[in-house]
Amino acid sequence: MNKILFKLQLSKDVYLMRIEAPLIAEERAAGQFIILQVDDEYGERIPLTIADADVTEGSITIIFQVVGKSTFQLSRMNVGNEIPTLVGPLGKPTHIEKFGTVVCVGGGIGVAPLHPIAQALKNAGNHVITIIGARTKDLIILENEMKAIADEFILCTDDGSYGRKSLVTEPLKEICERNPKPNMVIAIGPPIMMKFCAETTRPYEVFTQVSLNTIMVDGTGMCGGCRVNVGKEVKFVCVDGPEFDGHKVDFDNMIARLNSYKEFEKEMHNCYLEKEIQEKEAAR
Amino acid sequence: MTSKSPEQISEEAKLLIVDYLNKIDDMKPKERTQIPVQEMPAQDPRQRIKNLDEVALGYTIEQARIEAMRCLQCVKQTCVDDCPVKIDIPRFIDHIAHGQMKEASDVIKEASLLPAICGRVCPQETQCQLNCAVGKALKDVDKSVAIGRLERFVADWERATGKVSIPEVKPETGKKVAVVGSGPAGLVVAADCRRQGHHVTVFEAFHKLGGVLRYGIPEFRLPNEIIDKEIETLKLMGVEFKTNFVVGRTRKLTDLMDKDGYNAIFVGTGAGLPMFMGIEGENLVGVFSANEYLTRANLMRAFEKGKADTPIYPSKNVAVLGGGNVAMDAARMAKRLGAEKVYVVYRRTEVEMPARKEEVAHAKEEGIEFYFLQNAKKIIGDEKGRVKAMECLRYELGEPDASGRRRPVVIPNSEFILNVDTVIVAIGNGSNPLISQTTPQLNVNRWGNIIVDETQKTSVDRIFAGGDIVLGAATVILAMGEGRRAAAAINKMLAEEIEKEKAAVN
Ligand SMILES: Cc1cc2nc3c(=O)[nH]c(=O)nc-3n(C[C@H](O)[C@H](O)[C@H](O)COP(=O)(O)OP(=O)(O)OC[C@H]3O[C@@H](n4cnc5c(N)ncnc54)[C@H](O)[C@@H]3O)c2cc1C
Ligand code: SF4
Ligand code: FES
Repeated sequence: MNKILFKLQLSKDVYLMRIEAPLIAEERAAGQFIILQVDDEYGERIPLTIADADVTEGSITIIFQVVGKSTFQLSRMNVGNEIPTLVGPLGKPTHIEKFGTVVCVGGGIGVAPLHPIAQALKNAGNHVITIIGARTKDLIILENEMKAIADEFILCTDDGSYGRKSLVTEPLKEICERNPKPNMVIAIGPPIMMKFCAETTRPYEVFTQVSLNTIMVDGTGMCGGCRVNVGKEVKFVCVDGPEFDGHKVDFDNMIARLNSYKEFEKEMHNCYLEKEIQEKEAAR
Repeated sequence: MTSKSPEQISEEAKLLIVDYLNKIDDMKPKERTQIPVQEMPAQDPRQRIKNLDEVALGYTIEQARIEAMRCLQCVKQTCVDDCPVKIDIPRFIDHIAHGQMKEASDVIKEASLLPAICGRVCPQETQCQLNCAVGKALKDVDKSVAIGRLERFVADWERATGKVSIPEVKPETGKKVAVVGSGPAGLVVAADCRRQGHHVTVFEAFHKLGGVLRYGIPEFRLPNEIIDKEIETLKLMGVEFKTNFVVGRTRKLTDLMDKDGYNAIFVGTGAGLPMFMGIEGENLVGVFSANEYLTRANLMRAFEKGKADTPIYPSKNVAVLGGGNVAMDAARMAKRLGAEKVYVVYRRTEVEMPARKEEVAHAKEEGIEFYFLQNAKKIIGDEKGRVKAMECLRYELGEPDASGRRRPVVIPNSEFILNVDTVIVAIGNGSNPLISQTTPQLNVNRWGNIIVDETQKTSVDRIFAGGDIVLGAATVILAMGEGRRAAAAINKMLAEEIEKEKAAVN
C-alpha cells in the first residue's frame, strides 16, 4: 500500500514523488489534498496537495519542500518504500468553469498545487496567464510544465537570478491595470505572498482565490485546528476549503496560527539540519 | 474520594469477606444494606498527574464479591429498566457474589458487547444506579450498588485470565456489510452482523481504530489496551478493517454498494465540527477545541514529548470551558501535560454538570479548580496574537425554564479577568459534515444529524445509521444500543433476501 513508485529532487529542498494510491487517483480533482504520516505510531499528520494523478497507473503525485522533521523523513524515503498512512482526497475540489481570463500566480512550492488547477482552467477554455516566482532561481519548480499551459507566462525571482527581478505582485498589478481587467486571479504560495496578492487585486475588485495551508490534524472536520476567519465567519479549511476568497481571509490571524508551534518546530528543524550535515560529511 | 491506599482497601476486604461468605445466602435486606460500600482503589493523585496510567485500579476479587452481596436481588428491577441495553443486572451480580465470574460475564454479554469499556465510561449514576433499591434505602445515590465497577471487574477478570471467548460466527452467507466509522456504534454493528455470517468491512478515516474511545477519551480513563483487545476479537471473528479511508471522499457512500458490491451500509461517523462560543478572540493562538487538544495528546501521542512529532501547546494556565466528560478529560490532560493551573469554567452549578461524578471527583483530587456560574465573555490576545487572558462574567441561577432547570442569568457588570495562556473549548459538537456533503440524497435534520426510523434506517435504501451522527453528542452505551438495533435490522433484511434468493433458485 502507498508504495513510492518514483522520486525526483526538483530543487535544493523540493522533491516530487509518485505514490501508488489507486482509489485516491480515481476520486481526486484539482485543488484537493491528502494527509500522510511517515510513521503511524509517533508521526505527525502533514497535509500535501495532490499535484497530479494517473488513473491507469493508480498513482498520485505530490511535491513537497523539506521544512521540518516529517518532510525531511519523507524526503529520505525511496522508491519501493511504503508510506504507512496516506488518506484522501480531502477538501473541496476547485470550482472550474470558463471564467474568461484567469491569472494563476504561484509562489515557490505553491506552483505544485497550482499546476493541476491551471491545467483544468486551460482545458475549460480560459485564457490563462501564469506568474510564477521564487526567492531565487534554484527554487523555481515546474517551469516547463507551467509554460506549456500558459497563454502568457511570466517568471520572476526576488533576487533577479532568473527571469524578472521582482515580487509576483508587480506583474500582477500590471495585469490588473489592463483593459479589460482579468476575470479572476488564483494565488497559491506562502501565506504572506497570498496576502499581498489579495491586497494587490483588492482595489481592482478582481476576485482572488487563495488556497490555504493551515495546520491540520484529522482533515475531516473533527478538530477545528484548521479554522480561519473568512469575512465574519469561521471556516474549517479541511472541509469548507482549502480555497477561499482572498479578499475576505484574515491572513494575519492565519499566519499567527500557523506559527503556533514555531519554537517547538525550530528545535526539530535544527535536529534535521544537523543530521543532514552529518550525512553529507559521511558521504564525503 | 478516598484517602485509603489500594493495599489498605484490599486488606480490609480480605478480612471482611470471611464473615459474609458464611451467610452469603441468608442475609436479610437490612443486613445487606449495612455491608460497607466498596471504595474504588485509585492511583495517588500526586503520582497520577504525572502519568497517563489508569486512575481507577479496579476492585479486588474480595471487594467485588462483597459489593455484589449488597445487591437485594429485587423483584422490581429498576436497575435493568434504567439500563439502555437492559443487562440482566441482578443475575450477573449474583454470579459475582458466588464467585462465578465466567457465568457473570456470559450474562453481561447477552446484552452488551463492550463491558470493559462501558463499566469504565457509562454515566451509571444517571442510569442503572440512579434508582437502585440500596441507594434509595440509604437515601444516597452514591451508595447504590456499584454496578458499573462490578461490570468492569467481570470484564477485566475475563481479560486477565485469558478466558475471552470468541463469539461463534455462522457459515458465510456471501452478503457484504460496510460499516463506516470504528467508534462504539460501528464496532457493535460489525460484531453483530459478522456473527450472522456476513462479510463485514469497517472503514475508518483515521490510522487507528476505536473512534472517540481512542482519540478522545484519555488512557487514564480507558487504556488503549482494552480497545485493542476488543478489536482483536473482531479481527479473529473475521471482520475486515480498512483504515485511512474517508467514506464520502476516498469512495462515495453509494459507490460502496454500486461499485464495490456491499449489500448494506451502517454509518457511524460520530460527532464532528466542534462548537465554539462565537466570542471575540476565539481564533487566537492558544485556543483549542477539546477535540483537537485531546487528539494531539491521545491519538498522536503528544503526551510522550520527545518521541511524538505532533506538538502540543506548552501551557502554564489553562481555562477549560464546559462541564461534561470532554471538559474533565481536557482539564485533566492539561494538568498531566504540565500546566500549573487548570480552571474549569462552567455556566451553571456543579449539580447540573453532565460529567460523570467520579470524573469530577478525580479532577478535584488532581487540583483542577472549578469556577461555577461563570462564563467566558472574550479572549484577550497579546501583540503576537497569542492568548494572554480571558474576560469572564458571573452568573446566578434565575427562574426555572421550560425543562424545570433554573436558568443561569448574567450578573450585570460582573466582568473579571482570568490570567490564562490557553483556552480549551469543550461545549459540544455539531455533526460530521463529510457524508452528508457528499451524499445529498441522505436526509439530515437542521443540525446535520442523519434522520433514521425506529430500525435505524435512513432515507436511502440499504443505508442505516446510528450513534452520535444520529443522536448528536451522546454516550458510548447509547451509540452501542443504536448499533445493536441497526445490526438487527440489517441482519433481518439480509436474511429475507437470502430466503428470497433461495426460493428463486428452487
Ligand atoms: C473526550 C470525550 C469524552 C467522552 N466521555 C464519555 C464518557 O465518559 N461516557 C460516555 O458514555 N460517553 C463519553 N463520550 C461520548 C462518546 O464517546 C460518544 O458518544 C461515542 O463514542 C459515540 O460513538 P460513535 O460510534 O457514534 O462515534 P465515534 O466514537 O465518534 O466514532 C466515529 C468514527 O468514525 C470515523 N469517521 C468519521 N467520518 C468518517 C468517514 N467519512 N469515513 C470513515 N470514517 C469516518 C471517525 O474517525 C471515528 O473514528 C465522550 C466523548 C468525548 C469526545
Ligand atoms: S436495583 Fe440495586 S439492589 Fe435492586 S437488583 Fe438492581 S442493583 Fe440489585
Ligand atoms: S483539520 Fe481538523 S477540522 Fe480541519
